[in-house]
Amino acid sequence: MSEEIKTIKITIDNITIDVEPGTTILHAARRIGGDVTPPAMCYYSKLEGSGGKCRTCLVEVAAGSTADPRPMPKLVASCRTNVMDGMVVKNITSEKVTDARNGVVEFLLLNHPLDCPVCDQAGECHLQDLGYEHGKASTRYQFARRTFKREDIGPYIQLHMTRCILCYRCTYVADQITDKRVHGIIDRGDHAAISTYISKAIDNDFSGNMIDVCPVGALTDKTFRFKNRVWFTKPVDAHRNCTTPGCCGKATLWLRGDEVFRVTARKDEWGEVKSFDGKTGWICNTCRFETKKTESWTIEGLSNISRHSVIGTNKYKTLEMPKETIKEVMHGVEPKLLMDIHSVSEVNNPTVHLSDLNRSAHSSDFKK
Amino acid sequence: MNALTNKVKQVNRKPLTFMERLYLPAIFKGMMITFSHIFKKKPTINYPEKQRPFSPVFRGLQILNRDEEGRENCTACGLCAVACPAEAITMEAAERMPGEEHLYKEEKYAAKYEINMLRCIFCGLCEEACPKDAIYLSETFTPADYQRKQFIYSKNDLLIPHPTENPEAYSKALGNRPKRETIN
Repeated sequence: MSEEIKTIKITIDNITIDVEPGTTILHAARRIGGDVTPPAMCYYSKLEGSGGKCRTCLVEVAAGSTADPRPMPKLVASCRTNVMDGMVVKNITSEKVTDARNGVVEFLLLNHPLDCPVCDQAGECHLQDLGYEHGKASTRYQFARRTFKREDIGPYIQLHMTRCILCYRCTYVADQITDKRVHGIIDRGDHAAISTYISKAIDNDFSGNMIDVCPVGALTDKTFRFKNRVWFTKPVDAHRNCTTPGCCGKATLWLRGDEVFRVTARKDEWGEVKSFDGKTGWICNTCRFETKKTESWTIEGLSNISRHSVIGTNKYKTLEMPKETIKEVMHGVEPKLLMDIHSVSEVNNPTVHLSDLNRSAHSSDFKK
Repeated sequence: MNALTNKVKQVNRKPLTFMERLYLPAIFKGMMITFSHIFKKKPTINYPEKQRPFSPVFRGLQILNRDEEGRENCTACGLCAVACPAEAITMEAAERMPGEEHLYKEEKYAAKYEINMLRCIFCGLCEEACPKDAIYLSETFTPADYQRKQFIYSKNDLLIPHPTENPEAYSKALGNRPKRETIN
């Protein structure tokens, strides 16, 4: 009998799709893809138990199921609600949802410092995208924003608690990927903060993955700190033979010229770490923070960047350099260079290697 | 053949009259117009000695702004560089160290900032993109030069004079520009 009911029908924004029982509305919407998919700030499909906190994925259920077609009285969190046969869900077609989402974004931005010009996450920040689509230009909040001092979590990770939206993703990483959790949420309510107990450094091999799961700029890579803006670096897919057990060795390198400024895990279209052969492609700290030489990696090709992302601007479509034709046309005569930009410019000096620094650049680094 | 337009004018081939053959009345008439201009207001000025005021919306040479205490506004966010259609702007960022708070407004700043004036088209998009009121186009133009290398303007060339150390030059460089609101 059970084999007869294999899939159930669900309609999201007038698009009907067959999914397995037990799928959440969010996953069904991701199966359709595009604008129909609700945004998710705290839910992370690769982390067990995540979701249900940020309320950005709220959707309206216009009909509960074929058996009971009454609408659900309130908006539901799509990441935590399973589909029923004949369910009708409204996401972008519902005014109630858009209105609620605008409100959620306003709440998320209550204490957010909006220091995007300084923040390293700018350009790949989910809160930025969300604020761009649903945010208002001003805030109605009249009180002082909560502030925290920035904190070093271990030698490689910088915590800016002011930017945190308390999605708990990083604590799930610590719980599920690293073997021992040494950081978590302390205090409650408005005072809740991510911290390590007594500033205990995280020296786990996979702690760097909490940078990748952080939807905002609360956890950032200290070795990339202030080196360059994300959209001026070129993402390429690369792999290496990593000996750390559990590390997939497949990463995205963020290049500036031939220098590796940053290494991250590969992300899928939902901004989550990609899976390879059914296993999530987490990478170890050795790959992420200590392998900043192009020679250590085998470059596969350019990473696929969404057409709408700022990261894709001003980039060539392939890794091959465009062919120099002047010499060919001029019968072997080299073009006369009127000015070598490096003889005048002090920016992007080919003799200064920022990738060798495992911290942000200081004024002393530019004096030499 | 039909004329393509209705602007065709027949040439008058009648012989000249006596007055026209005299030639002088026409000469005098022309000279009157020429000499009358001596007494009219001159549209030109003697340029280097006299200079016209620029319009407040004139887009000239870029200036990197400071706040009232003389700290640099720029945080090297790169929005000017990504907005620049001519790709004239490049920069390198650094972190502010303890003890440098009087120099830079934010914890990140532009250690190097360059505008290639050979590429710049003075569109003003950098000013519009700037979230920190750190760059604006002033009411002067880029001076001409003999060498290309002189047109790579570094931070030394672009920074506004210090408001407390050199208030006169600061207010002169600031011009009549209305203060812009920054989002914060």
